[in-house]
Amino acid sequence: MDMNTKLLKKNAFRVTKERGITASRVRVPGGHLEAKYLSMIQNIADTYGNGTIHITSRQGFEIPGIKFEDMPRVNELLQPVIEGLNINQELPGGGYPAAGTRNITACIGNRVCPYACYDTTAFAQRIEKAVFPNDLHFKIALTGCPNDCAKVRMHDFGIMGMTEPQYDKDRCVNCEACVKACKKKSVNVLKTVNYKVERNEAKCIGCGECVLACPTGAWTRGSEKLYRLTLFGRTGKKNPRMGEDFIKWVDEESIIKIILNTYDYVNNYIDPEAPGGKEHIGYIVDRTGFEEFRKWALKDVKLPDMAEVYTPVYWKGIKY
Amino acid sequence: MGFLFAENGINAVFEKWAEEYHVYAPKRMEGKGAFSDTDSVRYEEINKVEEIEFDLKSHFSFKDILLPMSETLFFFTEEQVKEADGPKKGAVILLRSCDLHAVRRLDEIYLKNGFEDYYYKRLRENVRFVLLGCKQAFENCFCVDMETNRADFYDASIEKDGDGYAVDNHYSDWEPLFLANSMEKKEVSPSYVTETEVRVEVPEGLSLDVSKSRMWDEYDKRCIDCGRCNYVCPTCTCFTMQDIFYTDNGKVGERRRVTASCMVNGYTDVAGGGSYRQKNGQRMRFKTLHKVYDFKKRFGYHMCVGCGRCDDACPEYISFSNIINKLKDAVAEVNDHDEK
Ligand code: SF4
Ligand code: SF4
Repeated sequence: MDMNTKLLKKNAFRVTKERGITASRVRVPGGHLEAKYLSMIQNIADTYGNGTIHITSRQGFEIPGIKFEDMPRVNELLQPVIEGLNINQELPGGGYPAAGTRNITACIGNRVCPYACYDTTAFAQRIEKAVFPNDLHFKIALTGCPNDCAKVRMHDFGIMGMTEPQYDKDRCVNCEACVKACKKKSVNVLKTVNYKVERNEAKCIGCGECVLACPTGAWTRGSEKLYRLTLFGRTGKKNPRMGEDFIKWVDEESIIKIILNTYDYVNNYIDPEAPGGKEHIGYIVDRTGFEEFRKWALKDVKLPDMAEVYTPVYWKGIKY
Repeated sequence: MGFLFAENGINAVFEKWAEEYHVYAPKRMEGKGAFSDTDSVRYEEINKVEEIEFDLKSHFSFKDILLPMSETLFFFTEEQVKEADGPKKGAVILLRSCDLHAVRRLDEIYLKNGFEDYYYKRLRENVRFVLLGCKQAFENCFCVDMETNRADFYDASIEKDGDGYAVDNHYSDWEPLFLANSMEKKEVSPSYVTETEVRVEVPEGLSLDVSKSRMWDEYDKRCIDCGRCNYVCPTCTCFTMQDIFYTDNGKVGERRRVTASCMVNGYTDVAGGGSYRQKNGQRMRFKTLHKVYDFKKRFGYHMCVGCGRCDDACPEYISFSNIINKLKDAVAEVNDHDEK
């Protein structure tokens, strides 16, 4: 049997342990989809797969047990899913155009969760539109608030929702619910001074617990959507590590630009000998030095006034 | 006399009013709800009719205007006291029938209950009330059973009527202004609701004995003593005093009056470190009986106006109307107990 595995992989299929049998990977940016797509995926699994579906660790679906020769038909059946989820595609009916840049994951966000500072799925879809298709191995994840339920610090780009609390002292009745919430559930940066509340702005992480706790609406959310961006967390064999803070109070526009700039940087510096063309960005940064990365990443980026850039950034983690 | 206004006509009235009054109305504050991308409807100063939120119940009431949550009363030095300035203009407040009934309760408490509250009176004297008609009841409203669904003691009323606004006027000084800016005169009677989905019944034979019921116990755990039910209530009037000194060991400062909540820790603290009603169920008992029992004993009608904002606001889904309805069984329970 002759099969170009490079092309197969680029088409979001997998070389499995069983000869001649593949699995199709369905991307679901932001991890949220209309229920009707499930029956389409079921149909593919029943018709061409082995009747099972794996829910992937990146919030997509993997349909195993597909014969190589059925891939074109699977791609046809995938077409309404690809279109419905608004995935960029080059050849209609041809399936997914790339698989390197992984599905963009997100916690459930403010469509459901009271803590979330924004609509995580919508922002994930916006990023997907900007970066996909791309063969480079990038992992991007979004989480609604600093609880980080989506574990974004294990990704190359971790996007964490923040809220800049606004305080209306004339509505404050000194009940101290905010002070207690911040102390018990967050980072303890509120204190009562003369019966009113003072916030240590430098230490505030923008979780919004004060806003949620305040019974009078004295604390409200800032009108601008702002985020913390963390960089180059990773799992893997040599040096698994948590992503570190890069920018606090960064906006959506800048995040997208930074990610796109990073593709340019990686294209320029990736090890041409890297096995399978895959070299994790973090290792490239280890090689070029953080300063070089920062120069590329922030090119033409106009950060909001309140953004704080952390530099230099050091990573820890376990080294083998 | 009633009038029909086009949008620009009514806005001409608002513009004229602005010379003499601050105009306050429920306004949708985008993104100001506690959860992200949610709104808050609050009383704010408005300039145009489009700013008024006609279609939703406000989360907080007009009370924020008449009894500000935090109000500086006076400034002091060692030798002198200077009263804080009152508002330079009067106010027009747009509010629904239940809230207009709530104004009556506030007047009762602050003006007619033995002595007149100076700071309340100072604000209240120059306020005119414009009734917002209710075309339908909202979730959790129970005004009909509290007999607050209708009010005729307004200065004027306003509601949407097709593309325009129907206004009824009771205040003769406004008559020429309305005449000059309206499209036509017409008979207007403000809309009011005649039924609500939530019904309540305050039982006959209610007495303080009901305090002994076990019904209060469930709120020991369910209620998180956040006070939201009090802060949104148009008839909760409790406050506390704060003396603020501007410098660490200074003798210059100000006195503020700040809204207090009988559900929140600290409310019953007394000098010497004592505190009554530690349990949230007992706080609930106190609040409930005040709203539908002892206020009435004194003034002849219930304090609660049935706006249902406490139900709307409670993060623990504790329904005050449900508590009122539980009183009947609680009365039976304590009577039973006494008989045995
Ligand atoms: S929770 Fe709200 S009202 Fe209470 S102290 Fe904090 S800001 Fe003031
Ligand atoms: S709003 Fe609910 S939880 Fe908060 S004090 Fe009132 S009853 Fe208790």
